[in-house]
Amino acid sequence: MNAVRRLLLQGAGALAAGLLAPLAALAATWNKEAFGAKSAADALKGIRFVNASPSSDVVIEAPSIAENGAVVPIEITSNVPGTRSIAVIAEKNPFPLVAKFDFLEGAMPYVKVNIKMGETADVRVVAEAGGKHYFASKNIKVTIGGCGG
Amino acid sequence: MAAGPMKMRATENGGVTEIRVLMTHPMETGQRKGPDGKLVPMHFIQSLVVTVNGKTVVDGQISQAVSRNPVFTFRVKGGAKGDKIEVAWIDNQGESNKTEAVVA
Repeated sequence: MNAVRRLLLQGAGALAAGLLAPLAALAATWNKEAFGAKSAADALKGIRFVNASPSSDVVIEAPSIAENGAVVPIEITSNVPGTRSIAVIAEKNPFPLVAKFDFLEGAMPYVKVNIKMGETADVRVVAEAGGKHYFASKNIKVTIGGCGG
Repeated sequence: MAAGPMKMRATENGGVTEIRVLMTHPMETGQRKGPDGKLVPMHFIQSLVVTVNGKTVVDGQISQAVSRNPVFTFRVKGGAKGDKIEVAWIDNQGESNKTEAVVA
């Protein structure tokens, strides 16, 4: 029996069940195809973020040189009005899609996250707003790659 | 394996609530060799949910390329001190954890 079901059945409380139920549903829809894609193009196709136009309203703050490829801090803001989702791509990672965030109910299209980069590459952020897509890229030099052993 | 500690802090300033959450998780890529020379299997958080007073505000899907012991910062508009924030995650092996904090 997996941990989520175990927690639910233990009656960890209405609160736990309330939070873990949507989480379990979300987990069920983790986009295996997109996260398993080996190219940025295929990854973006997998989440249906296509035909993105470059936009200075998608803002990436990140170091130009990352000493440690295992922990590259990325701060993303989308100033495109009505941004509902943001996807983060590390172009030269073995699996380029790093994350996808959906923003609902008052969440601002903003996130800070630490990512692993295998080598110097562009980090591309694609935002979805009003059914259209917008992107920005930043090249980050990596001195020690952080994807594996 | 029990999920490790999760810490969160949520602060409201000028109508924006900033949520900083730290998750304890190895985020194994499946490409790292362990001390026995064998590849450590993939073990990483796949999905996370952020709720404010029970309403989902952020749905996140992440990969093994997010760093070990992930730290995320999110921002929510229109929150107020005293709001309850919860964050939960589930990983590729079915393990999960959650934490809650009150907006200060």
